[in-house]
Amino acid sequence: MLRALGLGAILFIFWLLLSGHYTDTLLIGLGLGSCGLVVGLAMRMDLVDHEGVPLQLGGRFWVYFPWLMKEIFIANVNVARVILNPKLPISPVVTHFRASQESDLGKTIYANSITLTPGTITTSIQGQDLEIHALTLKDIDGREEDQMNHRVSWVESGSRGNL
Amino acid sequence: MIDLILEVLSWISILSGLFFMIVGTIGVVRMPDVYTRLHAAGMTDTMGAGLLLLGMCFQAGLTLVLVRLILIYVFLLFTSPISTHALASAALSGGVKPYTVPADRAREFNSLNGGQHS
Repeated sequence: MLRALGLGAILFIFWLLLSGHYTDTLLIGLGLGSCGLVVGLAMRMDLVDHEGVPLQLGGRFWVYFPWLMKEIFIANVNVARVILNPKLPISPVVTHFRASQESDLGKTIYANSITLTPGTITTSIQGQDLEIHALTLKDIDGREEDQMNHRVSWVESGSRGNL
Repeated sequence: MIDLILEVLSWISILSGLFFMIVGTIGVVRMPDVYTRLHAAGMTDTMGAGLLLLGMCFQAGLTLVLVRLILIYVFLLFTSPISTHALASAALSGGVKPYTVPADRAREFNSLNGGQHS
């Protein structure tokens, strides 16, 4: 129930920010109504759970996010250097990583973080095994991905409480 | 004064965003196969679009437009890895073999890259 209320609140804030109507009672009422309708539909579709509305991640995600942006920036500069190098020094490999996350949500965050950093793409997940396509051997020297793995696990472990 | 600083920051962001867009496009043309091209295309999604939006944020100032620009980037961050993953996964299950270079040349290229940790 708390999750449904949270989803409703987020949807309504989203509606307010996108519409920019703060004064017209009729429009706000209609906005509230449509938010309620969406929450109702989501509940009927059984989407309001720890995956659909991951409120349990809470603050930890916002600690992880700036670090991810930093990694994305570094990786972008590296890939740009590879592309602009006249020799095009690529050494593509397909390799496997072990994810230490327990939940599907954690594994999704990890896999998407890997794909977001240019130079590495997650091509499939089976159990704890991630299949990675990397642009250069340097991209998979392990240290960066290990660190990312630990950090995502840390984000995930903040969610043990049952919200 | 602050206007001037914002203007300069905005232009720096937009121009470097354009740089990453162009480099990503060059990469899409230069790369040998579908998987390596995805890496280059990923650059335009994350840095290219990100820096362009950041530049527009500086132009927008503290308005609702700023919030919308940030939301655009958030949605981009959610959707772009999924589309990249879907493409790569479709190519793999369709039987497209990833392009590889021989191990000795790969090592040579790796030292060319400085070999340092990225």
